[in-house]
Amino acid sequence: MIESRRDFLKSCGALIVSFSSGPLSLLSAQQSPGPFGTHPSHIDPEKLDSWLAVGDDGVITAYTGKCDFGQGIFTVQSQLVAEELCVRIARVKLIQCDTSVCPDQGTTSGSQSTPTNFNSENLALAAATAREALLSLAAKKLGEPVEHLSVADGVITGTTGRHVKYEELIGNKHFDLPLNVKAKRKSVADWTVLGKPIPSLDRTALMTGQFEFVHNVRVPGMLHGRVVRPPEMGATLAHVDEQSVRNIQGLVKVVVRKDFVGVVAETQYHATLAARQLVVQWNPGPELPPQKDFFDHIQKLPSRDALNVDSQDVDARLAEATSMIRARYTYPYQMHGSVGASCAVADVKQDSVTVWSATQSAYPTRSIVAKLLNMPLEKVRVIYVRGSGCYGLNGADAVSFDAAILSQAVGKPVRLQFSRRDEMMWENLGSACTIQLRAGLAQDGHIIAWEREDWVAAMGNRPGYDQPGNVITGMLLGYEPELPKPGPAKPPSGEFHNRSNTVPSYFAGCIAGNCGGDGTIRSERALTHTLRSPFFTGPLRSPLRIQNTFANECFMDELCAHAKADPVAFRLLHLQNSRVIGVVKAAAQAANWQARSSPKAGISRTGTVSGRGIACVAYEGNNGYAALVAEADVDMETGTVRPRRFVVALDCGPISNPDGLRNQIEGGVLQGMSRALVEEVTWDNRRVTSVDWETYNSLYLDYEMPTVETVFVTPPDVPATGAGETAITAVPAAIGNAIFDATGARLREAPFTPQRVKAALVESAQKAGACEASKIHRFPSLTPKKIQGE
Amino acid sequence: MREKITLHVNGVQHVVEVDPATPLLFVLNDELGLRGPRFGCGMAQCGACTVLIRGEVVRSCVKPVSAVGQSEVTTLEGLGTPEKPHPIQQAFIEEGAAQCGFCLSGVILTAKSVLDVKPDASDQEIRDALGGILCRCFTHIRMLRAIRKYAEAKRT
Repeated sequence: MIESRRDFLKSCGALIVSFSSGPLSLLSAQQSPGPFGTHPSHIDPEKLDSWLAVGDDGVITAYTGKCDFGQGIFTVQSQLVAEELCVRIARVKLIQCDTSVCPDQGTTSGSQSTPTNFNSENLALAAATAREALLSLAAKKLGEPVEHLSVADGVITGTTGRHVKYEELIGNKHFDLPLNVKAKRKSVADWTVLGKPIPSLDRTALMTGQFEFVHNVRVPGMLHGRVVRPPEMGATLAHVDEQSVRNIQGLVKVVVRKDFVGVVAETQYHATLAARQLVVQWNPGPELPPQKDFFDHIQKLPSRDALNVDSQDVDARLAEATSMIRARYTYPYQMHGSVGASCAVADVKQDSVTVWSATQSAYPTRSIVAKLLNMPLEKVRVIYVRGSGCYGLNGADAVSFDAAILSQAVGKPVRLQFSRRDEMMWENLGSACTIQLRAGLAQDGHIIAWEREDWVAAMGNRPGYDQPGNVITGMLLGYEPELPKPGPAKPPSGEFHNRSNTVPSYFAGCIAGNCGGDGTIRSERALTHTLRSPFFTGPLRSPLRIQNTFANECFMDELCAHAKADPVAFRLLHLQNSRVIGVVKAAAQAANWQARSSPKAGISRTGTVSGRGIACVAYEGNNGYAALVAEADVDMETGTVRPRRFVVALDCGPISNPDGLRNQIEGGVLQGMSRALVEEVTWDNRRVTSVDWETYNSLYLDYEMPTVETVFVTPPDVPATGAGETAITAVPAAIGNAIFDATGARLREAPFTPQRVKAALVESAQKAGACEASKIHRFPSLTPKKIQGE
Repeated sequence: MREKITLHVNGVQHVVEVDPATPLLFVLNDELGLRGPRFGCGMAQCGACTVLIRGEVVRSCVKPVSAVGQSEVTTLEGLGTPEKPHPIQQAFIEEGAAQCGFCLSGVILTAKSVLDVKPDASDQEIRDALGGILCRCFTHIRMLRAIRKYAEAKRT
């Protein structure tokens, strides 16, 4: 039976792979029924009809709760459905993240779309269930057993040559079946559509200017809105002088609701003028902590503490160490900084609400909109329409809520466009962190104990289904943001996890004798303090993972340098997870890594020097594996760092589309480089001061980019993991390690601006002049609030 | 104080009735329904709103519509169609040189403009011309590969 099933699956190999190159059509704005009468908000993910429908024209319509922001998930989900149903990809019509017709898959985030929809559940299971159901129907119709049937492009043929089309079996009818957990997915070896470098389906529309972004949505009778935000965090509304905009032509309304202020006008231009001209008085907010001491400041705040792992013998083991090394790393607040300021369109009627939104969270956004407008949930529909690349929680949620409020206030559809400042001053930033580490080396150079402790500034988050206060709109309307509740850490219990990559890959990760970590170090402790941030924070591509990996992987390099070992060999010595080992070896090999210790011998103190560095990560512990070799030049006079080459080895299990994946890796690595070299949120004593592209740095298109080479490592019989956040996670550490190799200077503060590099060069030159200490260093135990930084 | 203004966009003459101080971008998006130029920053810092006016790169978010005059405006959709893309668009399609694609007007039109003036522009010269264009997905490598491909095809 299994053999014949495999034979059947192989017969799909006759498919001709092709794809539509026309512009993607978006679902019309009218309330459309779900797959054959599915009721809005009653989309049961256990039912096959919630995911797939075969039309009488042979088109397979698939409904997904995972949407495309430019990461390519639209194309690969279309490939998945085509593959499992043995049809050309052009016959698949994918509807993404429309709450009236798509299953609620929460938020499209956290590198979870592939693990969620490409393994043995959800969309993948639905497609496999549908194929098997169609075969059963055909078997009955043709009077032959399933194992005698073959299928090509939606036509099922028996041994006698009789055949039947999918649409003849079920066209425009319900399957009326539950998802079958036993339905078997096609094996990777038999793939003809998945796994192929199929060009992304949105390409032609994008390149020719036809693609519809949320910014392009136009609704009849639509007005234009702008918001008027407070001048600083925590400010409250004192007075709005509506007379100040009386002369603005086409002004429809000044909308005020608690601390929320916005304007609606007939044209964008007049809405912009009104927002600029409106006189608003605000009560000031509290003073902000000075930026220059911020990383010390957060170490002193009351915090919610959590222990990932604690072997409780770290102090004792460190006392036995031949040498002890400690360091403190800091990582700044960074921005999503979407190139397009966020936009949404809302149409709030008496008894229905439609929001066209670029949110990653269609269903949660629906809940929040219902709550803010005081409308019944089932009357609210959120239609996902792609916005500018978001990289996490940008302004897309807030602008959707704001648009709904403005539309409700004027009783007409409103398109709301944020200004650049609205976007950047109030977004949920990537958290700033201080990370302190210490470790002991044995006589033979092994690491015998390692302790790390980090302080994370957090306020707000994704709003989810019921926390509007997690973004600025909710706060202005009087909702509280999610805040860390101070409290001591409980002893680690349950299964070891490493979701924020707090724990270095070299820890054994043992809790009550069960070791879930990737490494060999059994004397281990990882303590996290989460404390109140003065700014909103939220997930930014590789949230906390990039911060933690920067510290963990650079500190590993420091230990390696103390042991005078080769950074690749030293890592391998302390790793036991075969997949992390696999990517480290693959990256080293692809980069032609020469085994030697860092820094390089005979570093010149003038001119341009170059070096190489490696870093690796098991993303979230088990959601993709990457190792990255960076080669970089450093100008010893100016302190300018110029990465020249990146070599990435990535293991994400079976690959849905290698071209799309390479695109994601290249983008991720270069974005990581921009974050490592130039990106940093700034503020003064009252407000965020990086509010546009003059004040927040990003690498523009004139930057001479390094090469990015990617090798894939794919072990057999492993599930598909996420991949969009894996390589980026290792970038700041790999560059930092390359700088050290080139110069002997250790960068412990990101981004690596020329000033910081120069300061590190001076410090390293001074150290080199001093007598190198090889005796045992004693340090006080790392306990909260007693630590002085390096 | 709306006024009737005549515009020549992508080879078609349009008459719009708008406030003459309105940025060209808003007119292209809201009055003409064009999608190519997009609002990124409104301050000429990112290039997402780029159009060509008489072949020259212009940031339409800061250009008042009244200042355009009789000049021909070309947007990304004016270069070529999905059925018949312009060779530079074709090169971008072949190289898959986009992620979210929001910035593409700036990238493609600026590259075309510099290569129209100087077909043998070096990589450095092309990059210099792209100095004010921001791509936050960091598709830089593929974009430059596509531009190079177009430049090479243009030369031969």
